[in-house]
Amino acid sequence: MSFMTTPLKYEFFIHGLIAASLVGGVCGLIGVYIVLRRMSYIGHGLSHAVFGGAVVSTVMKWNFYLGAGLWGFFSVLLINYVAGKKKIGADAAIGVVTTASFAVGVAIISQYRRFTKNFEAALFGNILGVTSEDLWMITIVALVSALLIGIFYRQLLFTTFDAEVARIYGVPVGWTESLFSLILAAVIIVSMQVMGVTMIAAAIVIPAVVARLITDSFNKIVFLSVLIGIFCGIFGMYLSFHLNVSSGATIVLVGAAIFLITYLIQLLKERTVLPKEGTLPAPLDSVPTHQHPHEHAGFFHVHEHSNHEEDPSETE
Amino acid sequence: MAVNQSGREKSPESGKSLVSLSNVTCGYHNRVVFQNLSLQIFQRQFAGLVGPSGAGKSTLLKVILGVVPVLSGTVMVSGTQVNGRHPPHIGYVPQIETVDWDFPVTVEQVVAMGLYRQSRRLPWLTREERKRIKDLLEELGIGSYAHRQIKALSGGEQQRVFLARALVGNPELLILDEPTSGVDLKTQHAILHLLGELNRRGVTILITTHDLNAVARHLPWVICFNKQIIAQGDPDEVFTAPVLSRTYDSEMSVIRHGDIILIDDSPKAGLHFKRHQHTPENQGRRGRLK
Repeated sequence: MSFMTTPLKYEFFIHGLIAASLVGGVCGLIGVYIVLRRMSYIGHGLSHAVFGGAVVSTVMKWNFYLGAGLWGFFSVLLINYVAGKKKIGADAAIGVVTTASFAVGVAIISQYRRFTKNFEAALFGNILGVTSEDLWMITIVALVSALLIGIFYRQLLFTTFDAEVARIYGVPVGWTESLFSLILAAVIIVSMQVMGVTMIAAAIVIPAVVARLITDSFNKIVFLSVLIGIFCGIFGMYLSFHLNVSSGATIVLVGAAIFLITYLIQLLKERTVLPKEGTLPAPLDSVPTHQHPHEHAGFFHVHEHSNHEEDPSETE
Repeated sequence: MAVNQSGREKSPESGKSLVSLSNVTCGYHNRVVFQNLSLQIFQRQFAGLVGPSGAGKSTLLKVILGVVPVLSGTVMVSGTQVNGRHPPHIGYVPQIETVDWDFPVTVEQVVAMGLYRQSRRLPWLTREERKRIKDLLEELGIGSYAHRQIKALSGGEQQRVFLARALVGNPELLILDEPTSGVDLKTQHAILHLLGELNRRGVTILITTHDLNAVARHLPWVICFNKQIIAQGDPDEVFTAPVLSRTYDSEMSVIRHGDIILIDDSPKAGLHFKRHQHTPENQGRRGRLK
C-alpha cells in the first residue's frame, strides 16, 4: 500500500501524476488516428523537431510554449510542403525537416553547456520539472484536443479511412488534416516535460496498438487506447518515483510490457483456437445414415444420407 | 463469352445531359493524359467505359469527380462547372483493391460516410440517419450486417456496402471504378444486375471495367476509350473487331451468332495475332540475352 501512498505526500509527485495521466490519455486518443493512418513516425519526427524550438526559445528567453509551439507549427507546414513534392515521400520529408530541427537544438546546447541538465530532462522526461503552469497547459491542451476530436469525429474518421474518397463526399480533408497536425503539435509540446522528446512517440503509438490488438471496433479502440494511456501514465509515474528512473522511460516500459503481454495472449489464442466441443465433425463411419430415393437436376436416384436434422433451405 | 440481350433502351440521347466535357485537356506531372476530349453522359444513362490499362479511364472519372483539375476545357456536372471542385449529388464507389480492409469500421460507419454532405456534422448518427442506412442496407440485401466489420464480409457483400455508401445521399450520378474486379463471376453478374435495377429506377451510372463480355451482356451503352473516344454506342454495334483492336492496340476477335456476341479478350489473342518478324538485329539481341 505504501507503494501507492508514500509518493502522494509530495506535491511535485501529485503534479506529475495528474500530468502523466492527462498526457497518457490524450496521447492514447491521438495515437488511434496516427496508428490507423500508419503514420507512427510523424509523432517521433515532430517531437524531435519541437526540441529544436524548445532550445531556441530557452536561449532567446521566449515563452517556452509560444516558441516551441510556433516552431512545431512551422515544422508541420514545412513537412507538408516538402512532402507535397512528388519526388520526395512524406517519410523522407519528415526525416529531413525534423532531424535538421533536432540538430539545431543539439548544436545550441553544445554551445551553452549550462543547459545540459535541463535538456536531459527534455530528452527523457522528469517529473520534478512539472510546474503549476505546465499542469494548466497540459489540462487545457488535453481537454481542447479531446473536445475537437469529439466534435470532428466524422471528418476525422472518414479522412483517416480514405482521404481521397472523403474529399469527393465533401469532407474538407486539407482543413481536417491541418487541424489534426496542430492538435498533435500541441500534445507533443505539453508532453515534453513528463515524457521527454525521445519517448513521446512510443506513448502515442503503444496504447493504440494494444487496443487494436484487443478489438476490431473503432469506438472501443478509442476508449481502450485512452484508458491504457492513462494507466501507463499513472503506473509509470509510480515506478519512476520508486526506481528513481526518468518518467518518460518508465511510462514507455509499462506500455511496452502491456503490449508484450497482449501480443502473447493474442498469439496463444490464435494457436489454440479449436472448434467448441460438439462442433467437431464426427468420424464418417460413426454417423448414422439412411437411404431414400430423390431427385437432383432431373435425375431420379438413391444414395446414402446422414441422419442430421433437415435443413429447411435444402430443396431436395 | 457473352450473350447480348435485346429489348433494351438503345439510345440515351433523348435525356438531358448530366455530365458534359468540352475540349478537356488533362494531365499530371508534366504529362498529358488526354487532350481536347468532349463527352456527354445523359440522364438515366448506364454507360461502361472500357479501354486498356493506362488509357486514362480512372483519370477521366477523377476529372468528373473534381479530384483532378483540368488544364483546359470545361467540365459540367448537373449544370455546374466542376474543374477541381467536388460536385454534389455524385455517388462514388472506388476500386475494391484500394480499400483498407483491416481498418476497424462497421458497415453502418462506412455507409454513414456517404451522408456527410447532408449531415449536420454531429459526431453521432441521428435517428433518421440510422433509419435511412438501415432501409438502404435492407434494400440491398445486407440489412443484418449493419454492425459487422467490413473485413468480415464476402466480396459481393463488401461491394454492396460501398454501393450503399454511394447511394445513401440519393445521388443523380453513380460512378463506379472497376466494380466487377476482384469478385467472382456470380458476384460480378449480381452486381451488374443490381446496377441495372438502380438504373431502371432513374439513377445515371458510369462504370469502368475490363470485362468486355459483362459489358456486352449487361450494359446498354459503351464508350471505348484510349486517351480519346474511339467509339461509343450500343455494345451490339460498337463491339467490332476493328473498334476493339484500335481501343486495345492489339488484335481482338468478336464472334456473332444471332443476338449473341462473343469477345475473345484473352491476352493470347493479341499475342497470337500480332505479326512480327525476326530480323537479324532482334535475333542477335535474343542471342545476347541467352
